[in-house]
Amino acid sequence: MRTETDKFHPEFHSEDAGYCHLVDRIADVWGPRTPHERETNWPVRVDQQLADGLGESDVDRWVQSACVLCSNGCGCDIAVKDGRIVGVRGRADDLVNRGRLGPKGLYGSWQAHRKDRLIRPLIRRSGELVETDWDTAMREVVHRSQQLLAEAGPLSHGFYTSGQLFLEEYYTLGVIGKAGIGTPHMDGNTRLCTATAAASLKETFGADGQPACHADIDLCDALFLFGHNMAATQTVMWARVLDRIAGPDRPQVVVVDPRSTPTAEAADVHLAPLPGTNLALMNGLVRALIERGWIDEEYISAHTLGFEKLKTAVEPYTPEHVASICRISPTDLLRAAEIFGTSQRVLSTVLQGFYQSHQATAASCQVNNLHLLRGLIGKPGSGVLQMNGQPTAQNTRETGADGDLPGFRNWDNPEHVEQLARLWNVDPLTIPHWAPPTHAMQIWRYAEQGTIKFLWISATNPAVSLPELSRIREILRKEDLFVVAQDAFSTETTELADVVLPAALWGEKQGTFTNLSRVVHLSEQAVEPPGEARSDLDIFLDYAYRMGFQNRDGDPLITWKDAEGAFDAWRECSRGRPCDYSDITYERLRAGSGIPWGGERLYVDGVFPTTADYCEDYGHDLLTGAQTTPTDYKAERPDGRAFLKAAEYTPASEQPSDEYPFLGTTGRTVYHFHTRTKTKRAPELQKAAPEPWVEMSAADAARLALADGDVVRVESERGGVEVPVRIGRCRDGVVFLPFHYGFQAANELTPTEWDPVSKQPLFKISAVRIRKV
Amino acid sequence: MHLATYLGLLHTSLRTLAEAFREVAKGHGEEPDVQRTCEVLAARIDGQVSKLAPIVERYGEHREPEPERLHTAEFDQTRSGGVGLLRDLQDLYALSSFTDITWTVVGQAAQGLRDKELMDVVSSCEQDTARQLAWLKTRIKQSAPQALIAARG
Repeated sequence: MRTETDKFHPEFHSEDAGYCHLVDRIADVWGPRTPHERETNWPVRVDQQLADGLGESDVDRWVQSACVLCSNGCGCDIAVKDGRIVGVRGRADDLVNRGRLGPKGLYGSWQAHRKDRLIRPLIRRSGELVETDWDTAMREVVHRSQQLLAEAGPLSHGFYTSGQLFLEEYYTLGVIGKAGIGTPHMDGNTRLCTATAAASLKETFGADGQPACHADIDLCDALFLFGHNMAATQTVMWARVLDRIAGPDRPQVVVVDPRSTPTAEAADVHLAPLPGTNLALMNGLVRALIERGWIDEEYISAHTLGFEKLKTAVEPYTPEHVASICRISPTDLLRAAEIFGTSQRVLSTVLQGFYQSHQATAASCQVNNLHLLRGLIGKPGSGVLQMNGQPTAQNTRETGADGDLPGFRNWDNPEHVEQLARLWNVDPLTIPHWAPPTHAMQIWRYAEQGTIKFLWISATNPAVSLPELSRIREILRKEDLFVVAQDAFSTETTELADVVLPAALWGEKQGTFTNLSRVVHLSEQAVEPPGEARSDLDIFLDYAYRMGFQNRDGDPLITWKDAEGAFDAWRECSRGRPCDYSDITYERLRAGSGIPWGGERLYVDGVFPTTADYCEDYGHDLLTGAQTTPTDYKAERPDGRAFLKAAEYTPASEQPSDEYPFLGTTGRTVYHFHTRTKTKRAPELQKAAPEPWVEMSAADAARLALADGDVVRVESERGGVEVPVRIGRCRDGVVFLPFHYGFQAANELTPTEWDPVSKQPLFKISAVRIRKV
Repeated sequence: MHLATYLGLLHTSLRTLAEAFREVAKGHGEEPDVQRTCEVLAARIDGQVSKLAPIVERYGEHREPEPERLHTAEFDQTRSGGVGLLRDLQDLYALSSFTDITWTVVGQAAQGLRDKELMDVVSSCEQDTARQLAWLKTRIKQSAPQALIAARG
């Protein structure tokens, strides 16, 4: 049997590559160590999982892909036998994972394919969802859509998409929304996971795009993880870190997290600030760097703007003051500052602990500032990864299927809108650009108010993942809201829809996606979708065809018919922009295993995309989200320099009280992804974490006379859940709930509130009370 | 010297403005971003009032009866719905513009008096007022099309 890997890398022999078929990756999440020293390549270790009883010789063919169960985007090959997916194997030559796969990839990526799938469209008749055919379902969708466009115009339409589709699907949807219908109301659940990554990159550097790369883990002397439990959320990336920690000349690790996670346990310094106080902590770190002179004045003066303002803004944040706000030790804060200030190469990663919390964008920008102050960006082993949560989140941002315009174009720059209008051959006025595209939380508010009457949800499960679920369910049930839900499985959301469209999964369709370090992978179709399920791309193309969207010459607006055609159209759209895909083709993607756009690292020359006619955004006031006007932006003459932005810390509006004395925070378990649609159908993962729980400190448990396993009711002002207690890991006064579960869902508790700049909801701060049931 | 009259006017208008931001916050709890930002801005206007205190001590203040156009009565009852939100934000914009130009007038006097301390206070408060206006404009621009076009009835 020949494999794709064999074909392109004839020197690769599986027996040399440390196969580990029999390792229990539930118990040993990160797999065996392959330690190495700084500046040496991360060794290959190939992980493979096949269906019970099957050996490699049973596999008919291996099909090139990459894993879609977290944002790491590990290159993998899909095993196919008799037209079915029977397993996965990491690609040894992939620059992201060097053969490894995590537990979610090994068990969760393929086992759900033949279980409980939606195989026929459903339509609501007399209050019940009943099976129907594609033509009937699509005719109903198109009828409602056309009727509302005629009666109420484009603002009646909203689209809520995902971090799970492929680039080609997002771009097609983006063109449908912006040039076909002409609605600004399109966003993804990426608003819940990566909006702050994009926002902080835009505010500091002028455009989205991760400056650093995975290889920087192999090269760094210090690694800072800000609100990032990497050991649980990106297990293969964490294995790469563990291999450095286990090797000689290990990097120093600093972790900011209110919980004592396995990530925090590996740290040299663990800072556990109270939820909601990240910005105070960051202001303190920046102040310490400036005060101790751990800054590169030459770099600052040549490549940044706003140093004096930053210095003034952080001046009040002395270690003692920060310690009193965050309830951490001032010594630890200074120790962390010293590691940042004196290590030769520093890599930082940031994720939900910052993004889903109070003053998210301001706190994340301070991470960028730390790097700019030392000039540690765009250099080997140094840089920032403002992480993504979902596998294809980067592509919603690039293609404009979220609150952005395609190609990192600036909605407030008329020339950028002109470029899109020329490309699509439509009137520029068709493309809404009177304000930024509507963010998800506002889309749901308009639906609640009844001004959005048509809501198309694709590949996501908002009835579990959004905050304040009782409200979301009410909105989805509204009589005057027509809901289309497109998914591979029946979910809490599809059950409330008016039309349900059965979609193909990864492995059943072709497309590309881009991971957290800008690495693009091609995922080939391995098998046919079950029943009548169709690829999301085909569904969008069918809608566009039936709606008859046209360009200015009366020709069809959308000219492509398949994934590669969509990708080629996107290459044109991205040409000349920071995320330029024009030299990336399917052919090149097939010939290797992962190609980053923009090169290995961005900003190697210290020149940032802030020039007024090139930047993606003119920026915001970080305290309020007030937009910077084009005139004010141009007056600053950024001309390639990065912005050192800052804001003062303000206490979060949700604070513990006598009635709700604990701070509740939500997060992830290593065994599940998002709302578990795939991972609960993988027996190993489901068995490892079958039900939700609440974690609390031993002292808090003792005060409430609770033992491990006792069932408690956790309540906020908005709702409650009943779950068993796990003791440990949290700091006193803080409790943690995993958000994945659709029953006893953590988001019953969370508030409807968001960051003023990124508009990302505040999942990490709910005042709650706890009592034994 | 009529500066005292203007300091009185500024003092009154700042208090009125802070109060108005708080009323809008209270009345629009269903728009969490409006509620939150109005609260943050109100707290900062309180800060402006504090900064004004030593200036008032130096020059005195003469408070005239509250000018007609600054009545907060209209904020006792915030409006509802998309257009209601728009109108309330627009009223805040008008009030905020009033304090903005009042700071400008006081700033001119500060320059004539060569009062460095007052000049610094004016400069920082003007920036703060510019931030209020910028946020209000941002939020109004975002809301206007949906409120005016898509809402029915």
